[in-house]
Amino acid sequence: MAVIVGGIATTHVPAIGKAIAEKKHNDPYWKPFFKGFDYVHYWLARTKPDVAVVFYNDHGLNFFLDKLPTFAVGAAMEYRSEDEGWGIPVSRPIPGDPALSWHLINTLVADEFDVTMCQDMLIDHAVTIPMALIWPGPTSSAKSWPVKIVPIEINTVQHPLPTLARCLKLGRSIGRAIETYEQNLRVVMVGTGGLSHQLDGTRAGFINKEFDKLCLEKIVTEPEALTRYSIHDWVEQSGSQGVEFLNWMAMRGALTGRVSELNRNYHIPISNTAAATVVYDNQKESERKAA
Amino acid sequence: MQQDIPGTTIFDGAEAQKGLALNRMCFSFNNAENRVAFLKDEDAYCRKYSLNDEQRAAVKSHNVLKMIEAGGNVYYLAKLAGIFGLNVQDIGAQQTGMSVEAFKSKLLSAGA
Repeated sequence: MAVIVGGIATTHVPAIGKAIAEKKHNDPYWKPFFKGFDYVHYWLARTKPDVAVVFYNDHGLNFFLDKLPTFAVGAAMEYRSEDEGWGIPVSRPIPGDPALSWHLINTLVADEFDVTMCQDMLIDHAVTIPMALIWPGPTSSAKSWPVKIVPIEINTVQHPLPTLARCLKLGRSIGRAIETYEQNLRVVMVGTGGLSHQLDGTRAGFINKEFDKLCLEKIVTEPEALTRYSIHDWVEQSGSQGVEFLNWMAMRGALTGRVSELNRNYHIPISNTAAATVVYDNQKESERKAA
Repeated sequence: MQQDIPGTTIFDGAEAQKGLALNRMCFSFNNAENRVAFLKDEDAYCRKYSLNDEQRAAVKSHNVLKMIEAGGNVYYLAKLAGIFGLNVQDIGAQQTGMSVEAFKSKLLSAGA
């Protein structure tokens, strides 16, 4: 049976793509952010996942406002990226796992999540930058990707957005789906974006360190507590684009075992954003007792 | 009725409807040839995407707050701002009426 080895979440600011291309990892501005990935790499070398389920939001590459799904699940053999218009390098294609995608889609729809099913889906920087940060090898060399992905897209652009509670439940449905998948796969959940930031309006540059810290605590111990915030509250507390935290909520929901924080890196600012990178362990009760 | 959040436009159905033409034009800037075509003849390109007068004036002024008032969504506007050589710190500074250096200092101080 498939197992969920844990979760990773990270900011996906486009400027990171440029910094990677220009090898600025040790530059004083960037070092405090990139060093947060030392633990991620150490942990992955030990846990060796085969597949990453990546919760992210599209920024106008695959989807436009003319037809915009609330939740969309990739079911492609391979995911390509393309020019997004702001000059970040285009990533190499990343292999998909269509059999797992369809299993997740079947379970989600049975669970009354009526998702959009995408056999073609361009992935934007919200997938490619976290992938390059988490698995830097294939970005900098001809190495093949050590994981396949299933990208799950959540609308964070066009209001009304799904609620925090809905995204947590979406994650839970995916967590249950993976636990009933009969392949021996090791799966890591990835959530991208956030934390507090706002690009638009006279409130541009808004960052809320205290609220971010609260989110980083509660998402581990008591994610339900965060569902009391409406999307409007979230924009107020975390900024217009702080709503990308919905991707984190879905990732957290998919961690169905006993969850603990293994690592956290929080740094202000990267571009206009409060940047965060976390690694969560997900231990099944049965495994814990056996250990 | 929810309280407005100062300095913030919630990009809801009304905004999306108002901004569809402008955002559609910005969406086209994912393509490098389209970016070149826009720079070559801005008027013709804006006409092709049926921008209304308010949207056309906002684009011409390079003023992001005016583009938002005209229904622009910042994820799409960022693609247009890139053509003008403006990154998110530049547009942050422009919208808040600060110098770019002052805007960057404000971001740094948020971490203190």
